[in-house]
Amino acid sequence: MKFGVVVFPGSNCDHDAYHAAKHVLGQDAEYLWHKDAGLKGADVIVLPGGFAHGDYLRTGAIARFSPIMPAIQEFARSGGPVLGICNGFQVLLEAGLLPGAMLRNRDLKFHCEHVTVRVEQTDTPFTSAAVKGQRLRLPIAHGEGNYYAAPEVVRELEAARRVIFRYCDERGEATDAANPNGAVNGIAGICNEARNVVGLMPHPERACESPLGSADGLILFESVVTALAREGAARTA
Amino acid sequence: MKARVFVTLKKSVFDPQGKTIADALHSLGYTSVGDVRQGKFFELDIAAPSADQAKTVAAEVADKVLANPVIESYRVEVE
Repeated sequence: MKFGVVVFPGSNCDHDAYHAAKHVLGQDAEYLWHKDAGLKGADVIVLPGGFAHGDYLRTGAIARFSPIMPAIQEFARSGGPVLGICNGFQVLLEAGLLPGAMLRNRDLKFHCEHVTVRVEQTDTPFTSAAVKGQRLRLPIAHGEGNYYAAPEVVRELEAARRVIFRYCDERGEATDAANPNGAVNGIAGICNEARNVVGLMPHPERACESPLGSADGLILFESVVTALAREGAARTA
Repeated sequence: MKARVFVTLKKSVFDPQGKTIADALHSLGYTSVGDVRQGKFFELDIAAPSADQAKTVAAEVADKVLANPVIESYRVEVE
């Protein structure tokens, strides 16, 4: 299967995502320039981390108008798996593919560290190989990861089990002390209503090999490979 | 025509930058300053036959691009 890694001017985790898909997982992978109109037959789309368009105006606000975005909107609408990592998550929020917005971290600091997140739900293409409650050690690197949505939207996300990752301590408790940025309800990642679009602030693509300090991020990529293989098998059967 | 757009975080949204600025002002002795809200200011040159039409364009642009309605509100002035 083929990973399509979208490259915006200012993306800086595109190579990490490509490396994880191509070299760690041995899958096909291709870069998609933000001015491309098509997705080159990609089976899964990754919006990588970085600072698309220099974060001008707001994070992800300009990237939303990229020529490739209508194709991604259509891909998402038709059920294709889309993963937004960090800045990619911010782009998905601005593009309206996921609800909510990002605020500056509550302590105004750029956080560059490893955190622990808990897998809250496993019925998404990016968590299907994980176990509910599984703790993942993943790096974060962001100044605006303080997830915000209006209280009624947060209630709806929780009720519909659309919070996919939550910051937690080493024992798996979602405490305020374990929340690095002030995100409402400790939310680190969410999905859309159809559950095929997932966005998260931590960087699984930077945690796919143990020499990097953690290989816990691999589970997201393995999940989508397995999920799509299963889907493909079901289609041919 | 010149339109000015002021974008600020909604009242219901915590503004950590504004809070930090307020704290700094208090430490400088400006105890009369209460709350501070930080925002963005845009000046748009708009070719429009009337102020009303310029205002309509500015508001539309603010709604679609300059402000994120999830967290921000805006105000438009036309000269």
